[in-house]
Amino acid sequence: MAKQASIELDGTIIEALSNAMFKVELENGHVIVAHISGKMRMHYIKILPGDKVKLEMSPYDLTKGRITYRYKN
Amino acid sequence: MIDYKTEEEVEIQRESSLLVGKTLAEVAKLIQPGVTTLELDKVAEEFIRDHHAIPGFKGYNGFPNSLCTSVNEQVVHGIPNNKPLKNGDIVSVDCGVLKNGFYGDSAYTFAVGEVSAEIQQLLDVTKQSLLLGMEQAIVGNRIGDIGYTIQKYCESYGYGVVRELVGHGLGRSLHESPEVPNYGRKRSGLKLKEGLVLAIEPMINLGVKEVKQLSDGWTIVTADGKPSAHFEHDVAIRKGKVLVLSTFEHIEEVIKNK
Repeated sequence: MAKQASIELDGTIIEALSNAMFKVELENGHVIVAHISGKMRMHYIKILPGDKVKLEMSPYDLTKGRITYRYKN
Repeated sequence: MIDYKTEEEVEIQRESSLLVGKTLAEVAKLIQPGVTTLELDKVAEEFIRDHHAIPGFKGYNGFPNSLCTSVNEQVVHGIPNNKPLKNGDIVSVDCGVLKNGFYGDSAYTFAVGEVSAEIQQLLDVTKQSLLLGMEQAIVGNRIGDIGYTIQKYCESYGYGVVRELVGHGLGRSLHESPEVPNYGRKRSGLKLKEGLVLAIEPMINLGVKEVKQLSDGWTIVTADGKPSAHFEHDVAIRKGKVLVLSTFEHIEEVIKNK
């Protein structure tokens, strides 16, 4: 069975939640909850509300995401 | 997390993959105009259970059947139904089993009766692209090398390579890391190491590469309604030469004797 490729999207942080989770507004207007990838945590990349980030999503669950990159400005 | 398998685990997994090949051969025996895909599904499920295994797709994220049967413009993930197959159709049959804790996953696109030369070429090219892609799956190469080879070969015929669906790692679960796209750049992506088991599955459209999902939540169809072919093999990464776990041997024997 073929795997659905994960979707890559850009979004903006609107709120920091507990447990390193964030509320993110996607470019298409949807608001989802996303967590930081382990690699970003390892490198102590901090994220603040207003930052633009790259997200990875699974087509099987469109309410959650995974932040893989924080754009520089 | 990428799960590299030991020599023993690969052997166990080979058993699962071979069972898929045999199941597809049972299905191949029945494929002719008039048979419904639901009948194929029933035979496959019985055959899998008779061999002390569990259908790998049934219940996976809520998929209702043991086979994915995708007719003509359906690319993959078609749900078996009561509609009889017609002469000139092509049907992609994708099958997975779970045996001894490991998954096997393989697919073959069958021609129903006589198909046009155009479609026959699509089937041949797709299968050939899979074989070429598999040759790249050796230690030292990268994931992108597999995709690049498949994409280059298929696009030289003007076919569309599906982007939204990808091959995958295979093992204790049906979809593991890494993703194996059928397109890509040379020398990009994850470096292949010994013990990695991949399911490589080119999905090639006669027309454009765009696809859409039907409202049943599963079936993927081509955007322009032209037919699409799909072949899939399981491979284990080795030094020098690829180790193919699944087999088309039984299937092709059945087709030849028809």
